[in-house]
Amino acid sequence: MVRVEHLNQTFLRTKKLPHIWCPGCGNGIVTAALVRAVERAGFAQRDVVIVSGIGCSSRAAGYLNFNTLHATHGRALAFATGLKLSQPQLKIFVIMGDGDCSAIGGNHFIHAARRNIDLNAVIINNYIYGMTGGQHSPLTPAGRKSTTAPAGTLERPFELLELARGAGATFGARGSAAQPRQLEQLIVQGARHKGFAVIEALSPCPTYYGRKNRQGGPVEMLRALKDSSVSVEGASGLDPAELSEKLVTGVIYVKDAPEYTEQYYRSTGKEPG
Amino acid sequence: MTEVKPVLMQGNVACAEGAITAGVRFYAGYPITPSTEIAEHMAERLPQVGGVFIQMEDEIAGIAAVIGASVGGMRALTATSGPGFSLKQENIGYAIMAEIPCVIVNVQRMGPSTGIPTAPAQGDVMQARWGTHGDHPIVVFSPASVYETFYLTIAAVNLSQKLRQPVILLMDEVVGHMREKVLIPEVGKLLVEKASDEIPPDWKPYDDKGLAPLVPFGSGHYYHVTGLFHDESGFPSGDPAVVSRSLERLHGKLEKYRHEVTFTSYIGHKEPRVAIVTYGCTVRSARAAIKKAYWQNRWPVGLLSLQTIWPFPAKEVEALARQVEMIMVPEMNMGQLVGEVERYSRGRAEVVPLNRYDGEMITPDQIFDQLRRWFA
Ligand SMILES: Cc1ncc(C[n+]2csc(CCOP(=O)(O)OP(=O)(O)O)c2C)c(N)n1
Ligand code: SF4
Repeated sequence: MVRVEHLNQTFLRTKKLPHIWCPGCGNGIVTAALVRAVERAGFAQRDVVIVSGIGCSSRAAGYLNFNTLHATHGRALAFATGLKLSQPQLKIFVIMGDGDCSAIGGNHFIHAARRNIDLNAVIINNYIYGMTGGQHSPLTPAGRKSTTAPAGTLERPFELLELARGAGATFGARGSAAQPRQLEQLIVQGARHKGFAVIEALSPCPTYYGRKNRQGGPVEMLRALKDSSVSVEGASGLDPAELSEKLVTGVIYVKDAPEYTEQYYRSTGKEPG
Repeated sequence: MTEVKPVLMQGNVACAEGAITAGVRFYAGYPITPSTEIAEHMAERLPQVGGVFIQMEDEIAGIAAVIGASVGGMRALTATSGPGFSLKQENIGYAIMAEIPCVIVNVQRMGPSTGIPTAPAQGDVMQARWGTHGDHPIVVFSPASVYETFYLTIAAVNLSQKLRQPVILLMDEVVGHMREKVLIPEVGKLLVEKASDEIPPDWKPYDDKGLAPLVPFGSGHYYHVTGLFHDESGFPSGDPAVVSRSLERLHGKLEKYRHEVTFTSYIGHKEPRVAIVTYGCTVRSARAAIKKAYWQNRWPVGLLSLQTIWPFPAKEVEALARQVEMIMVPEMNMGQLVGEVERYSRGRAEVVPLNRYDGEMITPDQIFDQLRRWFA
């Protein structure tokens, strides 16, 4: 309890609450996990920056008591790239929605991964465009309904973490709002990792995705998320057919590669400024 | 020891050197003719001075990274040409709304679309003014020479810092690619005007009372930056009173400091009957025409060249229109700034456009012939 009080007072802009999210939205759970992760990672508050794009999820930045940059739709990683290079000591968390990150922001996403720049991308994946009222995104599973795919989308989704891995990301993890403690741990690990870290956080949007696809209310959606989750260790015992039904959570990959900001300043032999 | 030394320089290089002289330490962009030399020069120079050069994946990312770096406290600039300038528009609006200083250079080429990449034009005058959506203020400078490019870049950087407002340097292919002598201050001498180093004790990131310095991220002052309408703390607000006050504040900055952002110069007869109003590379032809018409033939003519085209130098043009019978506006487009000249002439002088849009410069003879017809 004491820890919660401390976290709220220090890291939340409590005067700006209540937030704009719908009751039962997963954004609050993921944001809380992020706040706990920042504290657990032990970063100085002044070094922490939250950058976000545009969408319901991206509104999280406004409620957090750090330097916060609510950028334009899809461009958060490009803003963050400039910021990181200007002040390499900053610990930057980039909050994006699934559409923000993988549709309009897809190009910046793969290039941030390719550079392996030390940013922590936290993608709140609710399989839908929440802010604009329920259109499908590049992460919506094929066949699922949206306001612009009334009969179900024909498009195949990206596998976000594999996309990032192929592009050069050096840390990829998946968690969900159904298991916030695990998610917190994953964000801590991503934050401590030097390089481009991708943390995909599955999260319910009962208002649009849930309603359109008859997923029930928030409780049912969280339960379904939890029931379909399996840890990386647990997944190793499953056959491919079983696995295809599952959501594998945990650290999916970590590897070592030169980080861009460090490489840049080493190459110039100069301090920033 | 001399304070300045003359150097032969290309316009695009002068822009890059001017930026570094003004303390720019960050460049992000995407290559495009005829602006590429700015990026190439920055790629070489910035690492030498502790700066950052990064080639981004597109122009949208270029301006986004520039805004990010500026929030981090680095003076930042990006350069492009028409197609890339179109791509940057949304984030230019962001920088206006969030009041993040930055300089955007557009070395104009012939459009629309891919147009003629290597041909000069002045077709982006209105895009520079209104390219991003919403009712916004903007500052746009238009240099006519390599020398002006160097010093207007410095002014652009300094004013953008002071006003916390993006400034656009609207160059053109002619000025970007020409080589001329420039007087460069002693190497290492920065012409950096600091907006303010002091953080007032009651600092608010978006103070209604006036210009508040941008305190870089990472310095322990926590605040929110957003493209949404926001209150003094930076937090989003849809309150009609906050919204109208914010917009008035944004526009008010440029009205209040109008005298600092407006650069024009006049040459020619003291009591002209005919005047030319123009900007950018077309000033060069106009100057040559004035030489012949005024210095050689003693016709009562003058040239008002506009280094600042936005906010439009309304007072200067209004005063000129009171004096003359005719104002000629040569432009390498089908008529853009001429509309503003007409507006502020308020019917006092006849306003005559002179347009060329074939990818070639307006020649001094073209202008001189028009003048001769008037005096014939
Ligand atoms: C350039 C641009 N295009 C479109 C929009 C409208 N828009 C706002 S948020 C959004 C999608 C949000 O979906 P997602 O990124 O998945 O985030 P969520 O709202 O679900 O958290 C869109 C299309 C915009 N703000 N800017
Ligand atoms: S629309 Fe969906 S994502 Fe947006 S706040 Fe509501 S539940 Fe959350």
